[in-house]
Amino acid sequence: MPDALAVLHNGVPISWYLMLSAVLFALGVAGFLFRRNIITVFMCIELMLNAVNLSFIAFANVHKQVSGQIFVFFVMVVAAAEAAVGLAIILTVFKNRSTLNIDEISTLKN
Amino acid sequence: MDLFFFVLFATVAVLSAISVVVQRHPIASALSLVGVMASLAVLYLALGAEFVAMVQIIVYAGAVMVLFVFVIMLLNAGAEERRGRSLTAHLLGVPVLIAFLGLICYFVQREFANAGFMKFGNFTGGSAQSIGLALFTDYLLPFEITSVLILIAILGAIVLARKEMD
Repeated sequence: MPDALAVLHNGVPISWYLMLSAVLFALGVAGFLFRRNIITVFMCIELMLNAVNLSFIAFANVHKQVSGQIFVFFVMVVAAAEAAVGLAIILTVFKNRSTLNIDEISTLKN
Repeated sequence: MDLFFFVLFATVAVLSAISVVVQRHPIASALSLVGVMASLAVLYLALGAEFVAMVQIIVYAGAVMVLFVFVIMLLNAGAEERRGRSLTAHLLGVPVLIAFLGLICYFVQREFANAGFMKFGNFTGGSAQSIGLALFTDYLLPFEITSVLILIAILGAIVLARKEMD
């Protein structure tokens, strides 16, 4: 762990950004597993994608290359497409089942 | 100064993320998620990714979250009801999560402790010009495939959400 003087002099260590990314990812996983509302579960997936984006940007800064940021751009595009299709699926599920609780949407289970 | 802004916005991001997970009402979760995305945009800006920071605000915090809020409103989603979980989930959930997090932090600290420092202005390659240049030379094929993906997503959304025809 770099001491406080080095941090004040050199700036923020990149590993702190990676740890922040890990914390956000873990919170996303927790929400994904614990929550029962399908919309909230979907938002937790977005949270995980954002956490990974932060690591990409941090590594782009480490290597002084733009490729990491291009990856983030593509992740954002895929996330936008995923949100459009996923929310349409949620609408269809609600239309058919009249519930948003994922415990009650378990047709494939039995 | 870098440290101050990092600590400030990292705290905001983590608190908002906790709020996303803990809130029982979907609309409160959605607004907290906007907070996470906005503070992440500030961190991107500090890391020298100007273009991505702006796209984060406009596309993520703007368009995608409006879509979420719109669906929450459309479905009139109320607060999630509290229900009993299994004893295992109660006892093991949070400790396992903390162990997972501790493991990741341990490996990050071991592998990337000397990865360097972020100082505002030490990397300026994230302008719209350099992103565009890389996107239309080295990454042209993925970029074009992305347009097909978006088209398929639009068609899929329309097919899924249209009214049933008799």
